[in-house]
Amino acid sequence: MARVMPAPTGTAPGAGPGGKRALRILDRGSRQLVLLLATAIALVPVYVMITGAFKTQAEFLASPWSLPASWSFRNFGVAVSNGFGRWLLNSLIVTSISVAATMALAASAAWGYSRWRFAGKQAVLSLCIALMVIPPVVLLVPLFQLGAYLHQISTFQVVIVIYTGLMLPFSIYLLASFFSQIPESLVEAAIVDGASSWTVFRRVVLPLSGPPLITLGVVNLLWAWNELLIALVFLQSDTKKTLMVGISEFQSKFNLNIPVTMAGLSIAVLPLVAAYIFGQRYFIRGLTAGALRE
Amino acid sequence: MERSRQERDSGAPAATARPPVVPAPGRGTPSPGVAHPAAPGPPAWRPARQARWRRHWGVAVWMLPAALVMALVFGYSVVELYVQAVTNQGSWAGLANVRLVLSDPYFRAAIEHNLQLLIAVPVLAALGLFLAILVYEGLRGWRAYRFMIFLPYILPVPVIAVVFSQLLQQNGALNEILGKLGLGVLAANWLGDPNVSLWAMMGVIIWREAGFAFVLFLARLLSLPQETQEAARIDGAGFFSLHWRITIPQLRSVIWFYAVIEGITMISWVFNYVYIMSNGQGGPGDSTMVTELYIYQNAFQFNAPQLAAAAAALLFTVLVAVFALGLGVRALVLWRRSRSQDAERGLRLTPVSGHGGEAVWPG
Repeated sequence: MARVMPAPTGTAPGAGPGGKRALRILDRGSRQLVLLLATAIALVPVYVMITGAFKTQAEFLASPWSLPASWSFRNFGVAVSNGFGRWLLNSLIVTSISVAATMALAASAAWGYSRWRFAGKQAVLSLCIALMVIPPVVLLVPLFQLGAYLHQISTFQVVIVIYTGLMLPFSIYLLASFFSQIPESLVEAAIVDGASSWTVFRRVVLPLSGPPLITLGVVNLLWAWNELLIALVFLQSDTKKTLMVGISEFQSKFNLNIPVTMAGLSIAVLPLVAAYIFGQRYFIRGLTAGALRE
Repeated sequence: MERSRQERDSGAPAATARPPVVPAPGRGTPSPGVAHPAAPGPPAWRPARQARWRRHWGVAVWMLPAALVMALVFGYSVVELYVQAVTNQGSWAGLANVRLVLSDPYFRAAIEHNLQLLIAVPVLAALGLFLAILVYEGLRGWRAYRFMIFLPYILPVPVIAVVFSQLLQQNGALNEILGKLGLGVLAANWLGDPNVSLWAMMGVIIWREAGFAFVLFLARLLSLPQETQEAARIDGAGFFSLHWRITIPQLRSVIWFYAVIEGITMISWVFNYVYIMSNGQGGPGDSTMVTELYIYQNAFQFNAPQLAAAAAALLFTVLVAVFALGLGVRALVLWRRSRSQDAERGLRLTPVSGHGGEAVWPG
């Protein structure tokens, strides 16, 4: 399409000499081919995982590429009864509570930030951006010792507090930059009408913030759901493990039964993929804005 | 009356002054003694003081809960981290821990591997840019491509790592494909051979992160004005000269942003890949040991938290330096460019945001 093009793009396709036109079609074909190849490579592991979940061990070993002989959910049953059910529940608890807490705290802080002028305002936002870069591994040793001192190892609340703390900088940054775009006149009008800042927040700001709140929720859900390191360190007892911790151990324990492992992985991934199919733009928006995080 | 006036005059903290003022009996009476610059007369006094109270304390009330949690998770940890890095079992150790870590061959291997992983950054940027330009020029079906190429990036790394450790087995799917394509010579024991294991992991990282680069660059491309590209095309610019001279310079800020964060990822966010694909060992041998795993192992497997703290403090210091340097260079480049453009054209270009995130948000 681009090579040497003597005619402006607006003219009819036949405008160029015949040879050039053939070249262009060929060119377009090769581009589609490259893109299809990239797409295939992106999807292959997902394909192997999902088809693998329906196979028998012998089938998988014979060829990871073939389609399963029968679509039986037996492997899923085995995975669920071997811990995946419990882990799924734990992941749901930890993820939902920590994301809810993060959203509430971040919305409040971002509103306070964008509503009031105070000394060092810009520094607060810069600090938030800088905090996004800190990898959890750096905080791990002190936090673990504090947790052990407070007898909070293998409790959900310690992980929830840490997740909330780690999700806050990005959440505040994102919401503060959105809140500051809300026209000042709207807020002023409400205040002139005698609304308290709580009322303005609830009745004016939050109703306007649907899309950014959904975007933020999606990104945070994804992050908390996928987090491994903190959960690995803090949730040691068998009944408290999240899906990601379970997966990391299932890997070595069930190494011999690949289809069951694949079934477990599918269970961990399907909620994400379903959400991605329905809310693709929120994922893309949030993750590109939240590029600083895993 | 007397009491409240004193409080007003003495400039006591507004928070304590407010309660007694509200029910004060003589608030309507003029009190000439109170010559407060911001409160000229009693009727105007209350709202003004109240507004100021809200301005100062309102921020605190709204921001306090989040600030507390962040202070605990970040503030406490970072301070405590540096304290632990220079102590050993409660007594002062100076830089002994740091020296011990720096002379540890495992730590050196870890640093080396993290630096080696940085090679993935330009590869990712080039790959993402190439795919984004292809999709951008082909536009038909770009949403479908975006959906599928971005999919890997939303999958949990532990899941990806488990699937890939199956695909990369000696008798796994990748080698099978290579054999069928007649490329059997390329087959390898991807995760079991210390010479290739780190490269294999880099491949997995690239597989997942390329989707992110692609989406980031595509979003920026879609927000560019079309006229420049079309003008260049009419002038007969070919694919490479068009994109090298026109597109890439236009994307410079987002590419820079991407390089900085992806560099930080390679230095400090690869634990999940390595932990699972090497079964928590960083092996075979030390071939996939990385800094994060070194910290984790020392803290939770070898019972040497002071070494873990020293390594973590080093990592943190380096990250802060890299981040500051990245932003600094970017700011400098922007400043110099805007100055030279000012000089050349006598006008200023639309400021490019220093933090690329903003530039991306609308897309």
